Amino acid sequence: MLADVVITGVGATTPLGGDVVSSWAGLLAGRSGIVRIGADWDPDLPARIAAFCPVDPAEHLERVAMRRLDRSQQLALIATREAWAHAGRPAVDPVRLAVVVGTGVGGAKTLLEQDDIQEAEGFRKVSPHVVPMLMPNGPAAAVGLEVGAEAGVHTVVSACASGAEALGLGMDLIRAGRADVVVAGGTESCIHPLPLAGFAKMRALSTRNDEPAAASRPFDKGRDGFVLGEGCGMLVLERGDFARARGAEVLGVLAGAGVSADNYDMVQPRPDGAGGARAITLALRDAGLDKADIGHINAHATSTPVGDKAEAAAIRSAIGDHPLVTATKSMTGHLLGAAGAVECIFTLWALREQLVPAVRNLDDPDDDEDVQALNLVRYEPRPARFSAAVTDSFGFGGHNVALVLTRS
Amino acid sequence: MTTEEIRSGLAEILEEVAGVLPEDATLDKTFTDDLDVDSLSMVEIATAVEDKFGVVIPDDELANIKTVGDAVSFIETNQS
Repeated sequence: MLADVVITGVGATTPLGGDVVSSWAGLLAGRSGIVRIGADWDPDLPARIAAFCPVDPAEHLERVAMRRLDRSQQLALIATREAWAHAGRPAVDPVRLAVVVGTGVGGAKTLLEQDDIQEAEGFRKVSPHVVPMLMPNGPAAAVGLEVGAEAGVHTVVSACASGAEALGLGMDLIRAGRADVVVAGGTESCIHPLPLAGFAKMRALSTRNDEPAAASRPFDKGRDGFVLGEGCGMLVLERGDFARARGAEVLGVLAGAGVSADNYDMVQPRPDGAGGARAITLALRDAGLDKADIGHINAHATSTPVGDKAEAAAIRSAIGDHPLVTATKSMTGHLLGAAGAVECIFTLWALREQLVPAVRNLDDPDDDEDVQALNLVRYEPRPARFSAAVTDSFGFGGHNVALVLTRS
Repeated sequence: MTTEEIRSGLAEILEEVAGVLPEDATLDKTFTDDLDVDSLSMVEIATAVEDKFGVVIPDDELANIKTVGDAVSFIETNQS
């Protein structure tokens, strides 16, 4: 019998707000966190919009920490502090406390900015903190130092599935008996001309530059790509009996995870969604649930023409047409390696409040048969009764991850 | 520059780079044990000192600078 893994704390900083409460309120209000990038950024960039975190990390972190941490690490620290406080700062033996943080590119901004400094001003101006700032395990290490974790500090890198896969690994660590408490999530901050150029070269980004708030439109006929965002979501996972013994409030249960690889293409998803469907099916089996039990899905739905269709096919074949589907990237943009963790928190909140946020900008759903069949929530948040929900995440490289959450 | 002017300029750098309170940066304090300045921050401080005081601190000299007083003397001796 596997240990149950419960969630006792959450923290987030997103384009909709500096914490979970304000981000969730933004979702319910249908707000968009997408704005125009600076006019001085490479004038040839075809995509001139992005979703920045509105809360400056300097409002929360000490000046010395700001100098030593990449922005992805700063966001991770802020979300961790919120989640850890929310969980009541569990008194756990450090050797039974682990950390797993997913990220798509780690400290890419530091790498790019320090390269600029070296080119312009030479070796002596390069920060001595550049290596810990740019290494992809930097966020996990920073979080580990913050909470005092000694059971292992891990990093998952699977592009836009990183945050979800980190939570799956966190769950596995507890089930395997290697930790009692795991701080797990995902972080990303790489809004910079080079990543924007790279994604734009792939024709992956929306170029609806004149209407930033309408640019991210998952499942809509008029969608033309995703909008690059930044942010972080962190969760405190605990072995159920450990949490109950210390009297912690249980917010929900991380009941199962499923992971698969497409084995199809480096960046294109399998058009039939078979890889994604397999991850969802594995997650349901892991949770011991039937497809009929799932009442809500927070879809990965990045607003790319191909990806959303493949996902609709995956959802239909693995679960069916009955769950209420939302796509919160319509408001947050795409937080890459943080997306899966932030969306897991949104899924948890939907489960707790029995309320599913509406997909923004879904004016005219795609004619595709699978998209048409989905039970998409439009216009207004939808109250509903459900006891289990799924959030899925897919990443360049063919990574597919699905998580199942249930009510406590 | 007087010794106190140099000490106070150095204290500003220590506050900016390592979060050391200016009143704590007295001549007798050691960087590592008393002020909790780590080795990477020492490298940042050395670069900032070079820029502010117009001195050059070779790596082997940096290793000999243990206290705020050592740093102030080095600057006094080497400032042109």
